[in-house]
Amino acid sequence: MDQALDRPHPSAESGPIVPVLECRNLSVSYYTRAGEVPAVTDFNLRLMPGEAHGLVGESGCGKSTVALAIMQYLGGNGRIVGGEILFDGRDLAKMKAEDLRRIRGAEIAMVYQEPMASLNPSMTVGAQLAEVLLYHDRLSRPTALERARAMLESVRVPDPDRIMAAYPHQISGGQQQRVVIAMALLSNPKLLVLDEPTTALDVTIEAGIVELIREIGAAHGTSIIYISHNLGLILETCDWVTVMYAGEAVEVGPVGELFDAIRHPYTRGLFASIPLPSADKISRPLVPIPGQLPLPYDRPRGCNFGPRCEFFIAGSCDSGPIPMLPVWNAEHRRSRCIRIDEIDWERPPAPPALQAAPPPGDILLKVEDLSKHYELEGGFLAGGGRTVKANESLTFDAREAETVAIVGESGCGKSTFAKVLTGLETATDGSIRLGDVELGAVPIEKRDARTVAALQMVFQNPFDTLNPSHSVGSQIARVIRKFGVERDEAKVRQRVDALLDMVKLPRAFARRKPRQLSGGQKQRVGIARAFAGNPRMVIADEPVSALDVSVQAAVTELLMDIQREHRTTLIFISHDLSIVRYLADRILVMYLGRIMEQGRTEEIFAPPYHPYTEALLSAVPVADTRIEKRKVVLSGDLPSPSDPPAGCPFSTRCPYAIPGTCDVVPPPVFEPSPGHRILCHLAPETLMAMKPVMSEREPETRAASGSS
Amino acid sequence: MLKLILRRLAQMMLIMVAVSLILFGVFDSPKFKRQLAVNELGGFAVQTLSPADYQAWLERKGLNVPFAERYWKWLTGIARGDFGRSFQKSADVGPLLGRALLNTGKLALCVFVIMIPLALVTGVMAGIREGSFQDRSISFLAVLFTSIPEIATAIFLTVIFALWLGWFPAKSRGDGLEFLVLPALTLVLYDFGYVARLTRASVAEVMQSQYVRTAILKGLPYRRVVIRHVLRNALIAPFTVIVLQLNWILSGVVVVEVFFQYNGFGKLLLDAALFGDLYVVQAATLAAVLVAVLSQLISDIGYVLLNPRIRFG
Repeated sequence: MDQALDRPHPSAESGPIVPVLECRNLSVSYYTRAGEVPAVTDFNLRLMPGEAHGLVGESGCGKSTVALAIMQYLGGNGRIVGGEILFDGRDLAKMKAEDLRRIRGAEIAMVYQEPMASLNPSMTVGAQLAEVLLYHDRLSRPTALERARAMLESVRVPDPDRIMAAYPHQISGGQQQRVVIAMALLSNPKLLVLDEPTTALDVTIEAGIVELIREIGAAHGTSIIYISHNLGLILETCDWVTVMYAGEAVEVGPVGELFDAIRHPYTRGLFASIPLPSADKISRPLVPIPGQLPLPYDRPRGCNFGPRCEFFIAGSCDSGPIPMLPVWNAEHRRSRCIRIDEIDWERPPAPPALQAAPPPGDILLKVEDLSKHYELEGGFLAGGGRTVKANESLTFDAREAETVAIVGESGCGKSTFAKVLTGLETATDGSIRLGDVELGAVPIEKRDARTVAALQMVFQNPFDTLNPSHSVGSQIARVIRKFGVERDEAKVRQRVDALLDMVKLPRAFARRKPRQLSGGQKQRVGIARAFAGNPRMVIADEPVSALDVSVQAAVTELLMDIQREHRTTLIFISHDLSIVRYLADRILVMYLGRIMEQGRTEEIFAPPYHPYTEALLSAVPVADTRIEKRKVVLSGDLPSPSDPPAGCPFSTRCPYAIPGTCDVVPPPVFEPSPGHRILCHLAPETLMAMKPVMSEREPETRAASGSS
Repeated sequence: MLKLILRRLAQMMLIMVAVSLILFGVFDSPKFKRQLAVNELGGFAVQTLSPADYQAWLERKGLNVPFAERYWKWLTGIARGDFGRSFQKSADVGPLLGRALLNTGKLALCVFVIMIPLALVTGVMAGIREGSFQDRSISFLAVLFTSIPEIATAIFLTVIFALWLGWFPAKSRGDGLEFLVLPALTLVLYDFGYVARLTRASVAEVMQSQYVRTAILKGLPYRRVVIRHVLRNALIAPFTVIVLQLNWILSGVVVVEVFFQYNGFGKLLLDAALFGDLYVVQAATLAAVLVAVLSQLISDIGYVLLNPRIRFG
């Protein structure tokens, strides 16, 4: 069927061009004690020179296995069991070890998800870079070092001399990833394999790396395999995309065309479960994909997606293996759906029953001038201790039944605020009032059970926050008893059942241990536990960021349903602006411990913006071809919180910074409408004249971009 | 770094004072003094001794001086390099201890010279191919040797090499290298398994690390990957443990020294303890504390120097 994928290429006028990379009917399995576990089956891919091809899918879909198979690095228990991987026409699997070594790092290079772990901790950056040239290009050490330094400069690492001499842990995550990219580019490879290269990075840092990756493709003609779980990133970086599910490619085609006209139910489900700008929690809620990913050794007969598919028809979908089928009227597209010609693809997914937005009640939480400072212990030679201002003059309030989101990148102080609020830390200055109780300086040990019960938390990592040796039911029951909700054992059990019903888990799960639950199920237990004491306010610290996108949607919807029903105040902490836009009533944008901008959601997402908000909005990848974004890419890294700039904390990276003012004087508050506060030196007229970051593309330009 | 060293030395002083006070206290009881007299003069002689004669004996031994004064005298003596006299051997403790330490030092050197290369090479060979036949055989032998008690190995080696083949002497009462062979071999067999298994685990862990994957996928030759990327990081843990073995050889090898009649530190300490030879026990204990704290310190400093993340972090 790959023959059918033949297509003209921009530079294909003279003779046939050999694809840089071609996977033909590739199947990879891992061999474990349980037997053969198929990781990838019947996978086809053709990558022409200069193209970027995205592989997208949720965890366990096999996308990283494809990358490792290309690199011929499947470990002791992984094996290619069928098909071939041709690089420049030569089968990589049949190559001798020495030939393979000459290709790796020189012609095929890879960039990894965790840059810190991918660099040798005991070698300087310079030595690790130079190594590539010493062994592939046989350069002398001084020349190699010089070339390495030049490459660092071209990937725009600031102060390359310092970085060359530094150890990996001495530089920031964004710089580490630039170093890894520089390492991959040193020998000018034909193929670059990027495995989630920005997943571990903050979004404004991610935006810089994404721009760099696009430049590489354009400047060096490097072909790129880009692996990501983020559809928006794929749209921004790739020409082609393959959507994978349960070890198979389910849909392939040019990115724009595919995103505009989806032809596989799984892709359709994915798009319905991510918060695109057009989604809205009231009128267009997220639609999670029902069910769970089948285990690799327990896949259904026929279509792998069948059991979760709304279009499933017994007898045809589950009768036998389903091949990649051509898409009508779209030359280069394929979909692994047997009902491709029967399904009405234009009909939007059935939305769940609409719910009215609850009117917010009285003010429940009032935070005034809250500060939290940490004293750093001075080192032996450093002399006096320094102060980290993790939170500085936070002022805001939250009403009953309202969702207030706190967004910001790592180090902005959002998690510190959650700790102060829950009493794990105490405030240095200022006050927090919950109802009429002052909490700011009261540590959790000194709070009475009623206050603790009233203010509960849902944690980021559901894998670590449940006690592995107690059953789910006993962990929920313990909270019920502790907070004195019920005393009688039979009533406690009833309440546990009711809570499990509320989070839509089977009652039998009460007897299960956390390890028998999936990530999404564990987070449901976490939510049940938080709501066990009838809280008035719940703080959710990145509650879905450790979960796959289709599960994220389900957990997010659940959390909001429960909140609506109980009129709970929700403080939602996140780095992800898309989800925040979707569910928050009001948003606080934090940077280096300060609230730079706050207001209602629609105010935050429309001008006037704080310059940092503008950059954040521009940095978020959006998986929607109709949306056009204005590019605002920040240079530099976040300053260290122990050494923030005087004046405005954002002044070191702000494209609008006014020298002599912004870096010296703390910014004043501008309040364009009541409750919408922007902390900035820019003149109100300048702020008011800002253009929107996102806008709907005109139909003509849309078509043009789709075929680019 | 300097802070660390100073703090450790201060800790060491405290431990030494505490330990010596406790020992002195135990040895100061009248019952114990009487036992000492029995050990020296024989049970019958002590029974027939008149109280006055017993007092005279105490005076001769300097045992009737009040506790605080005696302890102070001993402490100031150490400052002058005088560790007191052995009751049992009628000799100054200083030279006695010095000789014992020298003998044990020789033994330790022999053990290290054989054990370190053996353990590192086998450990690396096993760890680099985790799960292979090579790994399984090395791991099996390492576990086997570590789980056999030293005394069993000692008997086994003596029977084969001393009694049957007659290559080496069974009793190590002499100065030649041949006297060191059997005790050293016994210790090597016991200890190498431990260090080898530790090395194996460390190497295997680094082999799984993402930066080794980076190094391989960079297209570096395998030798370069192993030497520059794997070993440099994997040998940090074995290094610190090897330094700590010094402490074990000093006081943990009593069984082997006694078995081979080797006049080392362990034997000296055991003899003195059985006899109640206070000043020898005191001096030997202080030496043991000193070696323990110093080896710990060297191990910590080495760890910091080998690991850039800690050096600068």
